[in-house]
Amino acid sequence: MIDSNQNGVGGWTGKLLRVNLTRGTSEVEGIPHEWLHDYIGGRGLGARYLYEELDPTIDALASDNKLIFATGPLTGTPVPCGARYMVVTKGPLTGAITTSNSGGHWGPELKFAGYDLLILEGAAARPSYLYIYDDHVEIRDASDYWGKGVSNTEDGLREELGLPGLRVACIGPAGENQVLYACIMNDKHRAAGRSGVGAVMGSKNLKAIAVRGTGGVKIADSPAFMKSVWDMRAGMEGNPGKQGFTDYGTAATIDLTNAFGGLPTRNFQQGQFEEAESLNGETIRDTRLVANKACFACTIACGRVCRLGEHADKYMVNMHPRNWKAAGEGPEYEAAWALGADCGVGDLDAVLKANWLCNDLGLDPISMGATLAAAMELYETGVITDDMVEMPLKFGSEEALVRMVEATAYREGFGDELAAGSRRMGEKFDNPDVFMGSKGQEFPAYDPRGFQGMGVAYATCNRGGCHLRAWTPGIESSGEYDPHTPDGKSEWVVPEQNKTTAHDNTGICLFVASAGASPEAFVPCVAAATGVNYTMDDFLKIGERTWNLERLWNLKAGLTKADDTLPKRLLKEKHTDGPSAGVVVQLDKMLPIYYRERGWDNEGVPSQEKLEELGLASL
Amino acid sequence: MSQMLEIVPQKCTGCMQCELACSFVQTGTFQPSQSFIRVNVFDEEASYAPCTCLQCDEAWCMNVCPTNAIATDPNTNAKVIIESLCVGCHLCTIACPFGTVFTLPETHKAAKCDLCYGNPACVTACPTDAIEFVDADSAGGWFDDWAEKVHSNYVEAAGAEQNQLSQE
Repeated sequence: MIDSNQNGVGGWTGKLLRVNLTRGTSEVEGIPHEWLHDYIGGRGLGARYLYEELDPTIDALASDNKLIFATGPLTGTPVPCGARYMVVTKGPLTGAITTSNSGGHWGPELKFAGYDLLILEGAAARPSYLYIYDDHVEIRDASDYWGKGVSNTEDGLREELGLPGLRVACIGPAGENQVLYACIMNDKHRAAGRSGVGAVMGSKNLKAIAVRGTGGVKIADSPAFMKSVWDMRAGMEGNPGKQGFTDYGTAATIDLTNAFGGLPTRNFQQGQFEEAESLNGETIRDTRLVANKACFACTIACGRVCRLGEHADKYMVNMHPRNWKAAGEGPEYEAAWALGADCGVGDLDAVLKANWLCNDLGLDPISMGATLAAAMELYETGVITDDMVEMPLKFGSEEALVRMVEATAYREGFGDELAAGSRRMGEKFDNPDVFMGSKGQEFPAYDPRGFQGMGVAYATCNRGGCHLRAWTPGIESSGEYDPHTPDGKSEWVVPEQNKTTAHDNTGICLFVASAGASPEAFVPCVAAATGVNYTMDDFLKIGERTWNLERLWNLKAGLTKADDTLPKRLLKEKHTDGPSAGVVVQLDKMLPIYYRERGWDNEGVPSQEKLEELGLASL
Repeated sequence: MSQMLEIVPQKCTGCMQCELACSFVQTGTFQPSQSFIRVNVFDEEASYAPCTCLQCDEAWCMNVCPTNAIATDPNTNAKVIIESLCVGCHLCTIACPFGTVFTLPETHKAAKCDLCYGNPACVTACPTDAIEFVDADSAGGWFDDWAEKVHSNYVEAAGAEQNQLSQE
């Protein structure tokens, strides 16, 4: 790569804002150009800072954990879906490094305020929020907002600060109460959802980060940049994947996974859900959709703004957010699955209501639904008894679904057990096998018995159970691979993880890759924006470097090969019917090949040779 | 025939590509705070309404300007600022009923949408055709329908009230 950008202008602002909440201080620092160059930004740059500054063995909820918000060089630019920021920290759910991504408008606003990165250290003595207006940085009292939902917090801050253009990232009661899978929410309905980044923010007594930025993102080579942007948009125009997202949202995926027996149902006890049709993209569009909503610079607009059906009021909750009957966002595919199929609930209104509660209370609907599903299994097998719960936790109970979401956020009654996530809950009730996840984090909506590749992707993901690091169902359903055999899966997953990681580093949404824009289309945008002549090889190398850096951090945090595994259910139990019947995940076949493809030894430790190749040997 | 911007809020998804494009024309950077087109967000109604200069026939900004620094571009019918004549008195920003005339902090001169001299960047950038550049005669179809509906509702309501009054 040729680097014509020595000063960090163009794509990057080249600056980070560091706020120490214990001391109440803030300072602006330059970012080493070498790091920008070697990691592009976002997830990779955040991981580089975490590796440099944070002892991996600390308690994730202790004040010495750091919370990093990282944008990429394409965040805040018109590159399609240039809206993303990444929260990087030690995850309380997993004990591993976590990288939790969100769209909306907050990330670009941070960039317009002049910062690529925001690093939060320490913990405030009392509930506080951070106010950033360009170079004005202030830690303010948040006692008026503590206890409030996400929607009211955002509206309140906008009113208090008198700035219509203000963008807010905040936690809900779940984050305040340090539910281990609490989210950081921004723009009310967008979430840095996974691994409990909201609990880390709660542990720092930080309710919200309100940002207004009036600056701009500079571009190193504007004519080349605009040409690349328009080429990319032309490539996405008319793409069936893009059109599918626009027409049906992400929930369209339900039809695919259900058809392949890969839609986990009732805590992964089945691979197909008989009521899947009542939760799919078509049903949502035809019966509940009000409008599509786009994140910043997004040309897809997969966001669903929905309205509840008439009878949804029957599920009682104690908390009634303002505009309860008005439009809200969701459900996305993952939420529709976790709160729907995984809990055996086929009532779209109950799922919508639970989803909006998750949004307003600041909970990850995937881990919420999956933990509740595990509890439902324990209830049905008699491990959890009626004296422990306020209502029967039966699969398919809409009332239990909606109420338990609320109880979890406030840690009321059995909600306190659910707040620990399904691994800890399963261990507590002497049934660790009900936990359907890896590294402590619950799986999303793909049963690896339907899609073998997801098995190795889940087991090796640096942040635990996750579908966003290598998504195999697309390729496995295409006819190119047999979805039920391990053949070729590790060989496909390794480069895919590298590619996806580098993609995350740029600041644009992963969905463009399913909407007609491969990295070949947007790497030229990164190059023109930054002035660094990145090639595809550079790009993939950066992804691999980031992945290995995260792995090194996890090894230092105490994770081992033993954590690259899957629950017994996936490895031993077979579905009895459906397309994925009789299949188990053959991880023992895929994992050694995965290590080999990665250039790691048999214990999953990156070899010295590999580290040298990636420029990580000195770490 | 002259053309004008037709903006249909129902088609807008709130992605801000128009603001990015406009600010890039103005500043060479992507800086929505400097855009002449602004997307108004009505979150609870899931409605997004881009708004910029309507290029009024009877332009109050132009009428009020004490130095005749605002003129009609003969090619586009856009109201444009003649910077050399502008003294930065801000009267036009006050006169505009839509808040679509600005003053630039660096120069203290007025600035506004000039339809990019006939090739509006916001139109090109919009991914959902919510902003289109159309013949002035055919523009506003959706707005006519909407206005007619509101008007007829009003007439109906007024009629009902009249009836009630006469019965009393």
